[in-house]
Amino acid sequence: MGCNTMAKDILVVENLKKYFPTKKKGLYVKAVDGISFTVREGETLGLVGESGSGKSTTAYNVIGMYGVTAGKIYFKGVDISGDAGKRPLSLKKDLQMVFQDPGTSLNPQRTIGQILALPLKVHKIPGEGERLEDRLIQLLETVELPPEYIYKYPRSIGGGERQMVAIARALATNPSFVVLDEPTSALDVSVQAKIINMLIRLQKQFNLSYLFITHDLSLMRNLATRVAIMYLGKIAEIAPAVDFFRSPKHPYTQMLLSSIPVISGAEEEMKPKKVPSRGEIPSPVNVPPGCGFHPRCPMARQICLEVDPIMVETIPDHFVRCHLFAGAAEAREVVGA
Amino acid sequence: MADASVAKPMSSAVGAESIVQIKDLHVGFKVFGGLLKVLNGVNMVVGRGEKIGIVGETGCGKTTTVKSILRILPGEARIFHGEVLFQDKNVYKMHPHELQKLRGQGASMIFQDPTAALNPVFTLGEQISEIISHSGTQPEGKKEAIKILAVKAFREATLPDAERMMETYPFQLSGGMRQRACIAMALATPRDLMIADEPTTNLDVTIQDQVLRLLKNLVDQRGMSLILITHSLGVARETTDRIYIMYAGNMVEVARTAEIFERPLHPYTTGLLSCIPKLTGGGVAEGIPGRIPDYMNPPAGCRFEPRCPKAMERCKKEKPEFVEVGKDHQVACFLYYQVPQNGVQHHG
Amino acid sequence: MTGTKGEELRKRAKEKRSERFRRAWYKFSRNRISVVGLVMVLAIVLLAIFAPYVTPYPKHAGAFVDFMTGSVGPSLKHWLGTDVFGRDILTRVIFAFRGALIMSTGVLVLVVPLGVVLGLIAGYLKGTWIETVIMRITDVFLALPPLILALAVSALMRPTLFNSMMAVCVSWWPWYTRLIYGMASSLRNEFYVKASELTGASKPHVIFREILPNCIAPIFTKMTLDVGWVILTGASLSFVGLGEQPPKAALGTMISDGAKYLPAQWWIAVFPAIAIMVVVLAFNLLGDGIKDMLATEEGS
Repeated sequence: MGCNTMAKDILVVENLKKYFPTKKKGLYVKAVDGISFTVREGETLGLVGESGSGKSTTAYNVIGMYGVTAGKIYFKGVDISGDAGKRPLSLKKDLQMVFQDPGTSLNPQRTIGQILALPLKVHKIPGEGERLEDRLIQLLETVELPPEYIYKYPRSIGGGERQMVAIARALATNPSFVVLDEPTSALDVSVQAKIINMLIRLQKQFNLSYLFITHDLSLMRNLATRVAIMYLGKIAEIAPAVDFFRSPKHPYTQMLLSSIPVISGAEEEMKPKKVPSRGEIPSPVNVPPGCGFHPRCPMARQICLEVDPIMVETIPDHFVRCHLFAGAAEAREVVGA
Repeated sequence: MADASVAKPMSSAVGAESIVQIKDLHVGFKVFGGLLKVLNGVNMVVGRGEKIGIVGETGCGKTTTVKSILRILPGEARIFHGEVLFQDKNVYKMHPHELQKLRGQGASMIFQDPTAALNPVFTLGEQISEIISHSGTQPEGKKEAIKILAVKAFREATLPDAERMMETYPFQLSGGMRQRACIAMALATPRDLMIADEPTTNLDVTIQDQVLRLLKNLVDQRGMSLILITHSLGVARETTDRIYIMYAGNMVEVARTAEIFERPLHPYTTGLLSCIPKLTGGGVAEGIPGRIPDYMNPPAGCRFEPRCPKAMERCKKEKPEFVEVGKDHQVACFLYYQVPQNGVQHHG
Repeated sequence: MTGTKGEELRKRAKEKRSERFRRAWYKFSRNRISVVGLVMVLAIVLLAIFAPYVTPYPKHAGAFVDFMTGSVGPSLKHWLGTDVFGRDILTRVIFAFRGALIMSTGVLVLVVPLGVVLGLIAGYLKGTWIETVIMRITDVFLALPPLILALAVSALMRPTLFNSMMAVCVSWWPWYTRLIYGMASSLRNEFYVKASELTGASKPHVIFREILPNCIAPIFTKMTLDVGWVILTGASLSFVGLGEQPPKAALGTMISDGAKYLPAQWWIAVFPAIAIMVVVLAFNLLGDGIKDMLATEEGS
């Protein structure tokens, strides 16, 4: 996928699967069911989906919270899909994560100084002659927080500030790749704006690559280089952001877009009106046969009930997994329409 | 106080009949170390059949405001000043049986988290029947009639298999279905007002779309009034007729929904609008600097003053009241006190 | 940044700490009954410490016989009466608190670290053989009624205060292991624990620096409640003669001795029994208050 890369691929995920066993024998929750994507150096890939789509499971697989069922993950050309518990320290240093809710990702019983010092101590970062405290203050400055926060506890600061601490913790080890798991969905919009702008600034400053997990398509329009839509453990559509929002192809993408509450007429015009939302995402234990989206899809045909579609490249770098676009010629036709 | 700062809770355009009126309401909470002065003179009017949005960020007092209408504020809350009228009766001077009637037939409420609002050990049928029989609209002991009403309510809330829903436990449903069940319970018997407190915050965007459409349709069909609390201006835009913008215990701006988006005036409203990521792209604004004030020691004047890019000397000392700046459009900001807009009446 | 700046920052943080203490006291004192519990506990502890100075007849604590004043009912001279040997019951009850408190303190000092560490390890390593070994052993000890177990152990050893303490310890540690095992096995899934693991923190760091601090509140609550229960168990042991030996005062022994003279000389047995009840009640009330205090402290 995506052979016409200008920048190097920093993360390559190939046919990743993650199944969780259920209490019933032989029955699995297919949280992630064969997805492939790449993240290029210095870009932001937005991985968008509803709850139950498998987007967080994908993130946890990449970060190594648990091992993969099948498939490969390459980071800077090295296969990291082996035992997640035995990742080398150097890899943990280079790959960092910011969690959704800073209320639960910062230990309430530890001061911010202690929280930020942990990655520094583990990775022996302040070298000879450098003081830990100086480095902590410097880290807080990076995320625009005052130095006295070293001695504060997470509960005594605001939600946005907590997320800034979580970002500082992720950046403490000078990583090159950061997984952001809905970092602003627990925050108010005015705070979200600040965090997003900070993430954009830090990305430029430290040449970071982001895998941004979110359910918010409007946010991705303003942040992502490329956008991937996940549905029931599979990627439905993946494309460069500009192209993605100009001509969304997959019916699910269109349903998502037309469901977004917007605040202006200009935005309203960007929403495809023809796909009103209906139905709900099925349980990943009982995935429907054929295309997983067919029970909710207004354009479902007989083939959708029987055959799972494969990913096709409709125009360069724009991939869709839908029978409507199965033939390239047919795809061009729909694009033209 | 300036001559223009006379509170004008009654907007002329709301129509003669209002269902809820909140006048200069001050509510505080007693906690360790003192008093949280949360609501700081809230003025609000909801017309009959009108759909109102209250939009504001976490901790601005939205929920406190609506809880005061049903008189369900927690025990630490103190009302210092102001009154709440429901159908022209002061809620805080009602007799217990009047209050019972208000809660049983006057208004109903749905909450952000439907899982917490439903009792996990009773079936939906048992819970909705309880609500119907306590509403005071049905004679005691008419089990069959209650069941018919319940099934009808589930069907109207577009729950599949309404009869089977009666035997279903909440945990067997998805989040979206649970919220529909809550809506069904809230609307099973006739009411004049529906209060929805962030009803779709925990739901996915496609489900949110469905639930909001359902809510809007049901409220419209019945000619009820709706108070929708949300932190999302987009959600309010698609659902309501009029929007109150709330900040730190004050209503700072109110206007017809379209007007708020076309001509936002209060610096907080404009700031909030600029922070929202848009489908049209162009990045997001830097956000509003600072954070919501400490309710223990709030600013003496306008509570937005410490964060306001257009703050003046006067804002530090005086609290701005609503002034009319257009048809149905009121702003609580000194920027709009002295300079009358074209063709706009200036009250005072 | 200079050292003085660090000092300055630390000083500011200290002020915050005294603020936390005041807040905790506010939460605790919201419930008047907890304050009553605290006052009772303080009174009991102070009486026990200063027993030789506050009791009316300190000599009566040990081997003292004066049949002349034997079996006298409650009077102004002897508020709670005297036993058959003429010893002042009030004095002996207060001296008995000493043994009771030493016993409960000793038991908790031995039991809590052991139980907590085992619980933390088993909870954090849930799903491994280590968890299986620790928890099955714990289950075996839990299955035996604590009093029976303590009786069996102390029957094997010479009856002394120290040995009955050991006996109680044997049956007491599994409760801490269970409690902390449950907490640790759910806390290990918290995102802050995941975050420290993902950055490469060692297992001891995760267990003792990330998980343990979040278990402190229930540990403290249980410890406070347990002081009362250990005293009760200790009294049961001494009631059957396993514990502090005569002539030293022990609450259980006093009751069993006094029981022979019921109902005529009721005060000999009844007042020590009431003393036990008061002690257990006091620590329970205090424990509830501490629970309220720590729970709301976390929530804020």
